[in-house]
Formats: sequence, structure tokens, C-alpha cells
Amino acid sequence: MTAETMDAPAVAAPTATPPHPLREFWGYFSANHGAVAGLVVIVAVVLVALLADVLAPHSPYLTDTTIALKPPFWQEGGSFTYPLGTDPIGRDILSRLIYGARLSLLIGIMVVAISIMVGTVLGLVSGFFRGIIEIFIMRLMDVILTLPSLLLAIVIVAILGPGLMNSMLAVALIIMPHYVRLARAAVISETSKDYVTAARVSGAGTLRLMFREVLPNCTAPLIVQASLGISTAILDAAALGFLGLGAQPPSPEWGTMLADAREFVLRAWWVVTFPGLAILITVLAFNLLGDGLRDAFDPKLKR
Amino acid sequence: MLRFILTRVSLIIPTFIGITLLTFFLIRLVPGDPIETMAGERGIDPARHELLRKEYGFDRPILVQYGIYIARVLQGDLSKSVITQAPVLDEFLALFPATIELAVCAILFALVIGLPAGILAAVRRNSIFDHGVMGISLAGYSMPIFWWGLILILLFSVQFDLTPVSGRIDVLYYIEPVTGFLLIDSLFFSEDEGAFRSALAHLILPTIVLGTVPLAVIARMTRSAMLEVLGEDYIRTAKAKGLSRFRIIALHALRNALIPVVTVIGLQVGVLFTGAILTETIFSWPGVGKWLIEAIFRRDYPVLQGGVLLLGIVVMTVNLLVDLAYGLINPRIRHTR
Repeated sequence: MTAETMDAPAVAAPTATPPHPLREFWGYFSANHGAVAGLVVIVAVVLVALLADVLAPHSPYLTDTTIALKPPFWQEGGSFTYPLGTDPIGRDILSRLIYGARLSLLIGIMVVAISIMVGTVLGLVSGFFRGIIEIFIMRLMDVILTLPSLLLAIVIVAILGPGLMNSMLAVALIIMPHYVRLARAAVISETSKDYVTAARVSGAGTLRLMFREVLPNCTAPLIVQASLGISTAILDAAALGFLGLGAQPPSPEWGTMLADAREFVLRAWWVVTFPGLAILITVLAFNLLGDGLRDAFDPKLKR
Repeated sequence: MLRFILTRVSLIIPTFIGITLLTFFLIRLVPGDPIETMAGERGIDPARHELLRKEYGFDRPILVQYGIYIARVLQGDLSKSVITQAPVLDEFLALFPATIELAVCAILFALVIGLPAGILAAVRRNSIFDHGVMGISLAGYSMPIFWWGLILILLFSVQFDLTPVSGRIDVLYYIEPVTGFLLIDSLFFSEDEGAFRSALAHLILPTIVLGTVPLAVIARMTRSAMLEVLGEDYIRTAKAKGLSRFRIIALHALRNALIPVVTVIGLQVGVLFTGAILTETIFSWPGVGKWLIEAIFRRDYPVLQGGVLLLGIVVMTVNLLVDLAYGLINPRIRHTR
């Protein structure tokens, strides 16, 4: 994502006592309409994912060839029983999309969780210990960054074998360098500060310095990167699914749904249109959120 | 300057070693016996198995294996495809022009639209145009391009019957590869007039699909670089001197704003290859991306190994060139490091 400046008007009215940090943060965040819209969409997707069992009108796996390729309700031949139509083997597309939301959110969150945990530790370690460890870790990250991201993911899946779990691991690995670099840069700039020296003088061990003192002070960029990372993770996992290397049929993963539907593009527009739209909207929402968070955290804008 | 070049070139050596290690272990980390995996359901008789083990050098110690691998790579020997028995390097070189042609068209498409859009958005900051460009580019950045390709096929090929669905050129034409770039070959080396038109028509949709993400990134980057430069003192000086608005933007601001943009374009090379894998799969474009994906499904590990190594080297080299070009444009970089 490119660095972008936005002149968000400060909404917090000047008061005698400074507002609570969270409140102040929300003030900056909510001034950005795009970010709020992104948040609303994300909350909606989360609700859909949680309530999938209640919301979905049909089973996402139940096939019925007598109703194959029914169009959506507003087209001739469509009905409200299958609001967004059915796929080539008669499964309800809406229900599959709803269950697919679970998978996509799970993928996004799991991938970023793995990546951020391993990445932050590697970054903290290389920032603290420097020397040969740092060179080794950072060169490794350079290799990961040099290779085209999806190509590397494909290689890893080719080694481990196709599947949802393996594709998640692969995507976690390719987004990791961002967290390593962020954490390392934060550590290097933080360790020269007085509070770290004070903690060290009062006898704090390296582990305590790393996790209790320095880490909390570099969470802001990590949170921003996490939001943007979720969108990359969903997108790349869907791409792997589309190539047949990610989640395998009959899983209702959105990218896998597109792969199944590909050959029907000439006959039934709805089987390819809706899953992709779902990916686009979800990814867009996380990108909007990430941009909004970055602007709200950016101290330069508060002045 | 020489010192700068030498430092930068020496920096890529560890990366090169890293990539060779990755591709070296790629074939060895596959669960089970690699030869049996490659043979698949066809099975393999023990004598041939032993022969292949020797040929691939799997019977040697791992360090020796790596040494042999590096020596072969440096001599340009990337082993042979299991399926076609053709040398991997030859297959790559035959297909690579198709990928390059597509990538070059895509980046040109992205530049021709992205640069002016970004500049105008910065100049007319906070206008409807600015918000529109930023909104569209965010959507472009979030676009699952494998879906975008299908949607464009749906619109332009199915609904309006304007563009072909797949391939590089109509099957009616056979073009003898001279440069390997079909646009050039069909224009200059073919008597058939329809051939060039056909090649061009086949390029349109893949170009748009592959160019979408770089377009979004370039537009955003150009806008923010321009905004930064437009706030500088020397721009105010230029204004105070009474220079025309056009002169200020085109000559004074753009020059400095382009420096980060050039870097971003360089970084897009990796993005382009990632996109090429998907785009080539959707449009059956006979390039290296489609070749690699097919290699996975055929368990053709030497192809995968060699292809990844070669693409890695290409990206690494382009990044190095961008880095060096950056030093040429911007003397500040050259002298501080």
C-alpha cells in the first residue's frame, strides 16, 4: 500500500482535559468515511459468518441436478427459493457464499495471526541481538520479498500438497517479511530511548525488555499492517483456491467456487459474478479499514 | 559511482544463494520419494528408479548435491522436463517472450492511465475527480484479478462479442517466431494483414487484467508523491516568480515526484509476474506462468524448480537495475551510502 496523506479534519473539540486516548482515536477514525464504511462491511461479514447456520436458506453442500444453473430471482426462470441462483450441480449460491464468509474470515485472521506472531518474534530477535542472527533473518526475508509472492506460495503448496491448511501456511509465510521488518525497525528506534535504558538499568531481562517494554510501543504500525495483511491473505488464498491449489471442492471457499464455475462463464453469468464480488467487497473493506487506521494512528496528522 | 554499483551488485549475492537454496530444496522436500512422486500412477521399475536416482544425484551427500546443483545452474544446465524431456531452459526461453509481451503491454497501460490520473488528482486535490480516482484505484488494488478477467470475458467476449476469449492469436495464422514477440513478428515478418490485428485483439483483455493492480498502485503513488512535492518551498518560489501553472507542474514538480514513482514501477515487476500466473491461466496465454501451473499438476518438478529459479533471477536483476537507475537519477542516494 502506498503512503498516502489525508487531511482529515480534527473533530475533537478543544477541552480543558485531554480526551481519553481511545476516544481521541475514534474521533480521528470516524472522520474518515471510507474507513467507517469498511468497518461496517467487516462487521456485517463477521455477523454473516457467525450466523451462517441461521441465515443460509439451504445447505451449502446439498446437490440437486434437477435445479442446476437456475438464474437469480430477478431473471426469468429464477425464484426466491434460490435468490442468487444455483450452480452447475444445483447448490444454492447464496448459501455457499454465506458459508464461504466463514472460510474467508478464518483464512484472513488465522494467516495474519500466524504471520504476526512468528514475524514479530523474528523482528524483535533480530532487532535486539543484531549481528549474524539479524543478517541471517533479514536476508531470508529479502529472498521471500524478491520472489513474486504468489509464485512462492505456489511453490510451497506444490511441496506440501494442495489444501486449505497448506495454502494458509504458504500465504502466512509470504506476508511475514512485512511484520519482521516493522518489528525490527521499531525495536531499533525504540531501544535508544530513555525508558528502555531505565528499564535495563533497573534490571529487566532481555525477554522482559522485548515483550513488556518495547513491543507495546510498536503495536500501532503492526495493527495497521495486520488489517492490510488480512486483505492480502484473503486475496491470495482465494487466488490459490482459483488455481486449484487452495481449499478443495466441495468447500464453499470463494476462490474455489470461482474455479468450479469457470467453464460455465459463457452460459451462466451468476455463478462467476457473485463469489468474486464477495471477495472484492471483503478485501476492499479491509483495505479501507487499514488506510483509516493508519491515518488515525499517524501522529503527524494530529498536529 | 563505481563503488556504488559494486556495493549494490554484491548485495544480491546472498539473495541469489537464498533463491538457489529454495529451489534446491524444493525438489527434495516433497513428501516421499521425488522420483516415485514424479512417476505418479504410472509407476516405475526398480532399475530405472536407481538410474534416475543417480542421474539426479540423490545418492550423494546433501552438500555435494547442492554443490553439483550450483555448478550446473551456473553453466545454464537446469535439467530436463520429466514430461517433454526438453531442457527446462529452452522451454523457458521459448515461452518467456509471451509473458514479457503481456507484462510490457500491461505496464504501459498502467502508466498511460495511472500517471496522468495521479497527477490530475493531486493538482485538483479533494475534487470529485480526486475522490473518484482514489476510489477506483482502491477498488483496483483490492481486485481479485482472476475474477476480473472472467468478468471482462463475460462483458466483452460473451455479451458484445468484441474480443477473443483465449490464446495469443487466431488459429488461422501461423507466425514463425523471429523475436518471439507476436506483435512485432506479425507486423514486420508476416504478409498476412489480419495477423497483427488478431494478435492485438487477443492482447486487449489480458493487458487490462494484468495492468489493473499496477495502474491502481501507480495512480496512488503518483498522487501522493505529487502532493508532497507541491507543498515544497521551491514550488512556492516558482509560483512567486510568476511561472505558469503548467510549467510548475510539468517541469518543476513532476521531475521530483517521479523519483519514488520509478521505484514503485520497478517493484511492480514482482507483482506483474504474480499476476501473469493468474492472467495466463484465465486466458490460456502460452507464457511461463501457465507453464509453471501446469508443471505443478503434472508433478514436473524440474520444470517448477528451474522456472522458479529463472523468474527469481529475472525479478532480482530488474530490482537491481531499478536500484542503479535510482542512484543515477538521484545523486543524494549515491553519495550517502
